[in-house]
Amino acid sequence: MFYVFALWAVVSAVLCITRNSPLASALWLVSTMFALAAIFVILQAQFIAAIQVLVYAGAVMVLFLFVIMLLNLEVVPHDWKRWPGWVFGIGLAAVLGVTLVSMRSYTPARLAREVSTMPSPVDPRLVFPEGNALVAATASQGAVGSVAQPLFQGYLIPFEVTSVLLLSAVVGAVVLAKKKL
Amino acid sequence: MLLGPSLALSAILFVLGVAGVLIRRNAIVVFMCVELMLNAVNLSFIALSQLHGVSGQIMVFFVMTVAAAEAAVGLAIILAIFRHTQSVDLTQINLLKG
Repeated sequence: MFYVFALWAVVSAVLCITRNSPLASALWLVSTMFALAAIFVILQAQFIAAIQVLVYAGAVMVLFLFVIMLLNLEVVPHDWKRWPGWVFGIGLAAVLGVTLVSMRSYTPARLAREVSTMPSPVDPRLVFPEGNALVAATASQGAVGSVAQPLFQGYLIPFEVTSVLLLSAVVGAVVLAKKKL
Repeated sequence: MLLGPSLALSAILFVLGVAGVLIRRNAIVVFMCVELMLNAVNLSFIALSQLHGVSGQIMVFFVMTVAAAEAAVGLAIILAIFRHTQSVDLTQINLLKG
């Protein structure tokens, strides 16, 4: 099941970055986000999956679609960069991909071993535990409760700072979108 | 558990996002590719939160908030640029003071 949604996400992402029309790109990105939401459910993050559909696929992408339709751009026949540009871009992305693939040899055990050779203020077993911590938390508190409890206790101050961030983003967007800047 | 496949999918989506940012000319599509990269990173947070507890999911929550704020401000900037130059082609927007 995971691999079906993984294939769906990758195909949608490829179509998203290759379609000429920005509208088609946006809709393929929504498709990617739905596939990712399904994968989040498989990975036992049901609450985040719901938020993904509501906030990302719902709110953020609707904002994108509004702007695309507001600008009413003509579809250019070839939206890629000129030839040195796109070859350079794909080459750089390939280098990044090779780098990420080469990190697959890092297992939690190897990371714990390498970190434990360095002076560290915390016990590496605390940072790289073995076992499944999430299932126990979800079983005792439910999918929403297990996220909400640390969010409103340990992460309360970051949560409040987030509200200030959103307020400043709203003010900034309104100021930037004014007729006369 | 699916930790390895999730991280691999996350890496693939991130690389696709980077490629999209680097090869596309339309500023809005470039912006959507940034969202794709944020989603890929969210996936690795979620995959690792199975192992390390719910803190990863809370980090995803914050990433989504920042992404929403970034989309609002960024699209307002794109609107302002479009009003100024009548284009969202990134190869045309090359003057610091136009």
